[in-house]
Amino acid sequence: MIELRNVSKTYPNGTKGLNRINLTIGKGEFVVIVGLSGAGKSTMLRSINRLHEITDGEILIEGKSITKASGAGLRRIRRDIGMVFQSFNLVKRSSVMRNVLAGRVGYHSTLRTVLGLFPKEDINLALNALERVNILEKAYIRADQLSGGQQQRVAIARVLAQEAKIILADEPVASLDPLTTKQVMDDLKKINQELGITTIVNLHYIDLAREYATRIIGLRAGEVVFDGPVAEATDEVFAEIYGRPIKKDELLGEAAL
Amino acid sequence: MNGTGTNGLSRLPKKPSRIKHYLTFVIVLWMVWGSAVQTDSTFKELFTGLPEMWKLIEEMFPPNWQYFDNIVPAMLETIRMAIAGTTFGAIIAIPFAVISASNIVKTPWIIYPARFILNLIRTIPDLLLAALFVAIFGLGLVPGILALAVFSVGLIAKLTYEAAETIDPGPLEAMTSVGANKIQWIVFGVVPQVAAHYVSYVLYTFEINVRAAAVLGLVGAGGIGLYYEKTLGFLEYDKTNSIILFTLAVVLVIDFISTKLREKLL
Amino acid sequence: MKRRIWLRWTIVVALVLIYVWTFAGIEFNGIKPTAGKITRSIFEGIFSPDWDYVYLPDGEDLLRGLLETLQISILGSVISAIVCIPFAFWSASRKGKSKAASGSGKFVLSFIRTFPELVMAILFTKAVGPGSFAGALALGLHSIGMLGKLFAEEVENMDSGPTEALVATGANRLQVLWFAVIPQVLPGFLSYSLYRFEINVRSATILGFVGAGGIGTPLIFALSSRSWDRVGIILLGIIVMVTIIDLISGYLRRKLA
Repeated sequence: MIELRNVSKTYPNGTKGLNRINLTIGKGEFVVIVGLSGAGKSTMLRSINRLHEITDGEILIEGKSITKASGAGLRRIRRDIGMVFQSFNLVKRSSVMRNVLAGRVGYHSTLRTVLGLFPKEDINLALNALERVNILEKAYIRADQLSGGQQQRVAIARVLAQEAKIILADEPVASLDPLTTKQVMDDLKKINQELGITTIVNLHYIDLAREYATRIIGLRAGEVVFDGPVAEATDEVFAEIYGRPIKKDELLGEAAL
Repeated sequence: MNGTGTNGLSRLPKKPSRIKHYLTFVIVLWMVWGSAVQTDSTFKELFTGLPEMWKLIEEMFPPNWQYFDNIVPAMLETIRMAIAGTTFGAIIAIPFAVISASNIVKTPWIIYPARFILNLIRTIPDLLLAALFVAIFGLGLVPGILALAVFSVGLIAKLTYEAAETIDPGPLEAMTSVGANKIQWIVFGVVPQVAAHYVSYVLYTFEINVRAAAVLGLVGAGGIGLYYEKTLGFLEYDKTNSIILFTLAVVLVIDFISTKLREKLL
Repeated sequence: MKRRIWLRWTIVVALVLIYVWTFAGIEFNGIKPTAGKITRSIFEGIFSPDWDYVYLPDGEDLLRGLLETLQISILGSVISAIVCIPFAFWSASRKGKSKAASGSGKFVLSFIRTFPELVMAILFTKAVGPGSFAGALALGLHSIGMLGKLFAEEVENMDSGPTEALVATGANRLQVLWFAVIPQVLPGFLSYSLYRFEINVRSATILGFVGAGGIGTPLIFALSSRSWDRVGIILLGIIVMVTIIDLISGYLRRKLA
């Protein structure tokens, strides 16, 4: 369970990034956050694992405050939260396997990981994660040899190997073409359903959000302006979130879906 | 698919061998270790040398500020040497660059020998050239200037012909189509596109030559380098320090001006 | 338009003044009458070199001199490649780092770069005694200036995504360094070190002029005793060695890219 209590973020220059956000996200939910760029989607997602600091309020992960945690305690909480990024964030020169194993480093001592002495179970975990996203045969290939969609699936495998209980995905399909977009979203959905991992995704495309989400949260200027099941997220609601009618480039298109 | 063991995995890829990496590592280690043993380079030597080094540094400070008066003429000589050497080198580099560029000259038996000579020049350090020229011409500025000139030809010609090979072929075709002869073709088609690069490379080479000129005196080729031998020979380390600081100041100022000019050019 | 003409004339006048100042100050006493003869002797020496000097059973010969030169440059390059790493991270400017910190690092590096290596070699011969070790230390210290600058650029151009991803998995500082930073910068570091090694081989050939070991020692003796056939064979040896090293090092650098 993730709880955001009165979370605010004010930048040094005075801009409000997030404004008094209160949310509770339950286990196993598939939440999609929508909003214009600059509405605070990415800031909110990155506040949950504290890649961004908040200036006010508190965030609780499974009842523990990540806001107050520090050092080893903070790393222990982060270990349970996997993250998928828009630009994949793989080490391009390293092999796929090494990128996936990087998800395991939080579980072991520095010395052990630096020497590359991952236990057999970790290796199996990593291989199984790759199998789940259908790129097992690429395990020992350098990450920069893969296409964008394949790289994003490696990133998802990294999260799986991490045995995360929560997945945060920040615009995971923004740099992909419509066909790969669908494959990556299917992967995320499958993992969410089969393993019961709580998943929070920032998305730009409205039709994708409707197709995959169980719950949609609309952000506008750092505030939650909509929070409800997909059925309630009508075109009028989206127009309200965006402050204007939906534009064509906010739809991925029927062809891909 | 089962969740745990590797048995359930389909198409399990083979893990690539790491032997090549280990082997490379061992060879490099062996080379470094061998070099250290052969040259008597040990940490023990370093630590026994440390107090000596500290003593040397202590003797160097404070620098002898009065000594500046004695070395200003030599410093000016050094700068003159660098300017003259770079200039001669830059002029001789032009024909070399032209005959080394494969989009200007289309004859392989001209291009390859020209490039071979340039490569050959660049294998010889400038101080070694200076020592040879001192043997031929005797002590003084002339061998220094010649050494810098030869070195500059190698560097400027190489950088320039590489720049010339990347120019836009459009203007060249235009010159051919208006019936220009080879010289006109170069002057109107090539030069305007390469000139800025060329000047920039000349300035860059000048920066290198100022540094080089500062030590050419060590082999008798004139300039401030002569004074290193003088002061070190008499163990006047405070004066040596003045020379070093003066050189650093001059080099940094010239580098600064030259870099600014180069930024303006490109 | 008028400004351009002004600018052009200023440049012309400045150049004329510089050249008048330069050449008025250079004394030219004519060429020594022996110059032609000596030049001929050197060329004769180069074309009929002292082949016997290549290998002498009992000590001081060309091959041993070249080997020592190579050893000095290997040591110098390794020393600088290791010592410059902290300097590189110090002087690399990255997001969220003070300008003063990176600026001071950059200044120190340019200071080291400007310090002539031959003078450094002389000072080291005073400290640790004449010989190869002084030469290796001089090359090692001087090369930090250039390598530190190049390494810093590599660090500055590094993609920060993988670092962010590792932090998100709960990795500690060392693990982030090992799994996200080092794999990204290592190939660049190695490639620049090889490049510097090529330069150091050239520099090491003249260290002997100031008593810092290598092939320069017999060369300066041969020059002062006017044994041109020996000068010839040493020159040939240097050219061959430098060319071979350039070829090998260039090949390795292309493989690293």
